Amino acid sequence: MKPVAFDYYRPEAVSEAVALLSEKGDEAAVLAGGMTLGPMLNLRVVRPRAVIDISRIQTLKTISARSNIVVTGAGVVQSDALRSDVLAREVPLLAMALPWVGHFQTRNRGTLGGSVAHADPSAEIPLALVVCGGTVVLQSRRRERRVPAREFFLGALTTQRRPDEMVTALEWPRSAPDAGHAFTEVAQRHGDFAIAAASCSLRLGRTDRLEELSLGVGGVESRPVAIDVKSFLGHPAGEIAASLSEHAALSVTPMEDRSASADYRVALTRVLVERAVSDALEMARQLRGRLQ
Amino acid sequence: MTTLHRAAGERFTVELTLNGQRRSGEAEPRMLLCDFLRHELQAFGVHVGCEHGVCGACTVLVDGRAVRSCTQYAAQADGANIVTVEGLAEPGTLNEVQRAFAKHHALQCGFCTPGILCSVTHFLRDIPAPDEQQVRDMLSGHICRCTGYASIVAAVLEAATTISKGP
Repeated sequence: MKPVAFDYYRPEAVSEAVALLSEKGDEAAVLAGGMTLGPMLNLRVVRPRAVIDISRIQTLKTISARSNIVVTGAGVVQSDALRSDVLAREVPLLAMALPWVGHFQTRNRGTLGGSVAHADPSAEIPLALVVCGGTVVLQSRRRERRVPAREFFLGALTTQRRPDEMVTALEWPRSAPDAGHAFTEVAQRHGDFAIAAASCSLRLGRTDRLEELSLGVGGVESRPVAIDVKSFLGHPAGEIAASLSEHAALSVTPMEDRSASADYRVALTRVLVERAVSDALEMARQLRGRLQ
Repeated sequence: MTTLHRAAGERFTVELTLNGQRRSGEAEPRMLLCDFLRHELQAFGVHVGCEHGVCGACTVLVDGRAVRSCTQYAAQADGANIVTVEGLAEPGTLNEVQRAFAKHHALQCGFCTPGILCSVTHFLRDIPAPDEQQVRDMLSGHICRCTGYASIVAAVLEAATTISKGP
């Protein structure tokens, strides 16, 4: 199908894009790589009066390391992020999530910011940002504000972004050198949206106890959720994967749709969390061995 | 700096490089790049399947990268360097990848083939010596209803070997 007729705007600077957004509000759709907006336009799921194409705004395409965070511009293309040495070194969790995002051909055009702004419940980049404890940077004509990823996603395709704002950057906390990470998912075909995904980051103390732990699931609820794992801190890492898997399965409120029942999503949560935690533990132990 | 604006329904000229030649045609804002390449520039090797980025038939090279041409718009490609299946080899000849496809029967109806050939071109430039898993991962972005993929995988792996040996 073909999209409805729309006005096309191609700003060359963020200031121009947000000026347009403040004028058009929710009549406008922001287009970057078009890997999610494109299909929605073509299927006429969305019928915007105006499309604001931000794909030529060069300032949105940078990856920069600061003292405690790495900032990725909203327009960074997923395959460029996958090739980035800085991200591989400083934000390994994102580097692990990216191969699960769509296909080679869609990663060549889809952006990091686009996936976050779109907020599909099972999208990988939003889940990675939630598990990392990252931040979404939003810009309007009047101000810039920063929203923690754990508060940004409200539900399926719904975020804290206001109609006059655009996502300009994502902030990823730098990983500790001894932190272990993992990302895993189940989809009908590789590259499809996940039925469920799980991701974990952790650090071990000297006596093999959990010193830091972050765990999240995607595709299970209407948004990526961080599982509350405070009560597990300080626990010995030995049998932790099984208990965390049980805890996560009990804490989610799964959705049900044509690709999976609620029960199946709980079952996947149990399996995927156990895998993610085990893989992250293994990575943390290997790193500790190497750092000692 | 200025914002480019094209009104809904407005006809305007899009100029780009197609298979090494400067070309131009008329578009309106909602015109898909695949439709522009076919209807305005007669690049009929660009096949249009699902029109929402899933099947991979419309894959072309835009500035060297294999991408869907159905989920971007002609207006976005102004000034781009585009290669379609027509530009992968000299007219009337086959390149190494195409020869390997013929040898291994990596196509039957051929509808998905132009897109796959464009993907493979970019893929082998990035990963000249892929293993089977990497080839299958790249191919997951294409739907082929004839071959069952095994022959395509064999063709890509053989083409990689042939190209790396050199002429």
